[in-house]
Amino acid sequence: METILGLDLPTWWFLVIGGLITGYGVLDGFDLGAGALHLFFKKEESRRLALNAIGPVWDGNEVWLVIAGGALFAGFPLVYGVVLSTFYIPFMLFLVALIFRAISIEFRSKESWRWWRQMWDISYSVSSIAITLLLGLVLGNLIHGLPINAAHEFTGNLLTFFNPYAILIAVTTLSLFMLHGAIYLVMKTEDRLYARLTVLVNNCSKFFILCFILTSMATLIYVPHMTHQFKNHPELFILPLVAVLTLLNIKRNIDARKYFTAFLFSCIITSCLLILFAVGLYPNIVISTTNPAYSISIYAAASSVKSLRIMLLIAAIGTPMVIGYTIFLFWTFRGKVKLNEMSY
Amino acid sequence: MIMPSVEILSRIQFAFTIAFHYIYPPLSIGLGLCLVIMEGLYLKTGLSLYKDITRYWIKIFALIFGIGVATGIVMEFEFGTNWATYSHYVGDIFGSALAAEGIFAFAMESAFLGVLLFGWNRVNKGVHFFSTCMVALGSIFSALWIVIANSWQQTPTGFRIEGHDMQARAVVTDFWAMVFNPSSVDRFSHVIIGSFLAGSFLVMSVAAWYILKQRFVKHAQAMFKVGLSVAVIAALLQLFTGHRSAHYVSKYQPAKLAAMEGHYDSLAVADMYLIGWVDNKKQQTTGIKIPGGLSFLTHGSFNAPVEGLNATPEKDRPGAVNFVFQTYHIMISIGMLLIGLTLLAVFLLWRKKLFNQRWLMIIFAWAVLLPQIANQVGWYAAEVGRQPWVVYKLLRTSDALSKKVTADQVMFSLILFTLVYILLLALFLYLLNRKIQHGPDISELAEDEYDGYYNNNIEHRPS
Repeated sequence: METILGLDLPTWWFLVIGGLITGYGVLDGFDLGAGALHLFFKKEESRRLALNAIGPVWDGNEVWLVIAGGALFAGFPLVYGVVLSTFYIPFMLFLVALIFRAISIEFRSKESWRWWRQMWDISYSVSSIAITLLLGLVLGNLIHGLPINAAHEFTGNLLTFFNPYAILIAVTTLSLFMLHGAIYLVMKTEDRLYARLTVLVNNCSKFFILCFILTSMATLIYVPHMTHQFKNHPELFILPLVAVLTLLNIKRNIDARKYFTAFLFSCIITSCLLILFAVGLYPNIVISTTNPAYSISIYAAASSVKSLRIMLLIAAIGTPMVIGYTIFLFWTFRGKVKLNEMSY
Repeated sequence: MIMPSVEILSRIQFAFTIAFHYIYPPLSIGLGLCLVIMEGLYLKTGLSLYKDITRYWIKIFALIFGIGVATGIVMEFEFGTNWATYSHYVGDIFGSALAAEGIFAFAMESAFLGVLLFGWNRVNKGVHFFSTCMVALGSIFSALWIVIANSWQQTPTGFRIEGHDMQARAVVTDFWAMVFNPSSVDRFSHVIIGSFLAGSFLVMSVAAWYILKQRFVKHAQAMFKVGLSVAVIAALLQLFTGHRSAHYVSKYQPAKLAAMEGHYDSLAVADMYLIGWVDNKKQQTTGIKIPGGLSFLTHGSFNAPVEGLNATPEKDRPGAVNFVFQTYHIMISIGMLLIGLTLLAVFLLWRKKLFNQRWLMIIFAWAVLLPQIANQVGWYAAEVGRQPWVVYKLLRTSDALSKKVTADQVMFSLILFTLVYILLLALFLYLLNRKIQHGPDISELAEDEYDGYYNNNIEHRPS
């Protein structure tokens, strides 16, 4: 099979999708987390500040989800169909939550009635939490494996998704995004909201550390296949090591009130955990619990070599552009958030 | 209760979600262009009035864009959730176009929209204008890739089929042939101009309403002129792209054209109906027609043969002939009406009589619905006319479903989306109305500046 720099094309495309999902986790992760924390802010001004801290960037962040979805469709169409149709109900709820989140942000500021704002605040927060939990649930099930038969058909039912491991991953994802979001917000705010957030950030970090420890143990005990790659490639042990060191650094920087550095580290830990997930799955994307031979590997699912080659070129041109816009946007809106007449 | 089949439910769900989605992107594409013109005029003249109207329309743009994105993501995921076999079949091609849309267009549009909305005090005028141009361009690129993906389904080229039966899939052999398949360019130009009409008529509608109510009159007249300049050119160009589209449909999808015109028998001289009714059982079409019109339209000659529906086996051609016929004819009638309306408005503007014609302002206030209806029915004609194929002559819609999704699941999601979208439409209309009622925030002296500028310019003209 054709290779570039020693890696075959499906592996390259696996890396591209992994990169896009990581980009999505790092970027939309903090605004979803900010949404999850929204109802902890009681004052109208605090809520507006929190909303406007993500105001100019949340839409651009969500684009990474759209691109990752398109990339999965294009690169591994078999997996796209199997995963999305298997998780039919969770994805439908996810879509509805995405709609509600988008319109909550957009509509909240349009009327000043108390009930109107209260309603959209709740809708914004609940949908942010729902999106995070549903993504975590899908992720958890992909790590755990699904009952997939030889014809790549799912043989379980809706209850299959709610196994304890997947639920734990869902909660861990929520704790990670809440921490990530809290650090972002504390970095972007001042005065009273800042004071409130310094407390929240500490609580979030405790919550996440607890989830992190539980997830690590559960993974080692219940889904040992996630560690197979480590036996062949001991150098990969650097990843969990980096994760642990990063976690300690987040704690240290939060205690020292160096929130910008803490934010960089929370970006790193989000990436690290997603990379660990990808390494654990590789070369499979969907693991069958019925029979390991029924798992769907990237080779079975990949598009044609020609298509992958064209898309790698598209990704090579497009990704720097997207990163460029993202940097431009964050640079334009750097510093503490201030309210003005164009704010939400 | 008898549960309809997964196929019917999935088709209804897809048709419903895409029809609803298709209200918004054309509006934002058209508005994007109007914004570029408005802000361009602001940069050129430095007049606060243009800044006021730009800021006003950016807010409306954001509202429309927001709903467009939220409902657009639904479409992307539905391919996988409801149409898994289709996803596998076309992933190589449709998937790459969709991925290209995300990475080349959508990312640009979303990032620069942040600057557009929140960047007035953060970046200078030039960068802001540049961002507006990027948002407008991004929305056009978005449409380009989506229409390419859709056009490939209509006229597939640049691929070969690998595998058999349910495992079969289309594999790219020639990327550029796939991108520039026979219908891409015509369908894109037709869709994009339809979008310019949708956006510009919204601008004119709001402006006309202000003029009728005698509110923000100077601002409204400036808006109206921007909208009209886009609309009149677009309406005329649409005649040309529409003609080309019909020509290519006759060449590559003759059964669709036959359904659009209600022709069952292949005829040596084919007439073109202005209005009519198709009886699919009796295979008869009655109505007012131009003799030889269709022959002329498709082959440039009044007595050239045109293929009828009966040339295609019944199982391979669209069943809802009257529906395709009616939607297609409504689109054409509206297209003609828009040309007449815009030309009349330009004529009256030139005679400096436009803004005191109350009746015409009333028509323009309502005319916002016309391009919307034309876009919707045109899309229905194109999509229903392609049936029973999802990928023309390659993959049947009935074979494209997800195998393991059940009717209960689709029914659940269909009900869910119906409820959410009704709520969404109600909120959209409520908030749009609120914004229109509120009107633009007017800077002090905007109107005096505006009068001064134009009076001075007139004085400076050589006599």
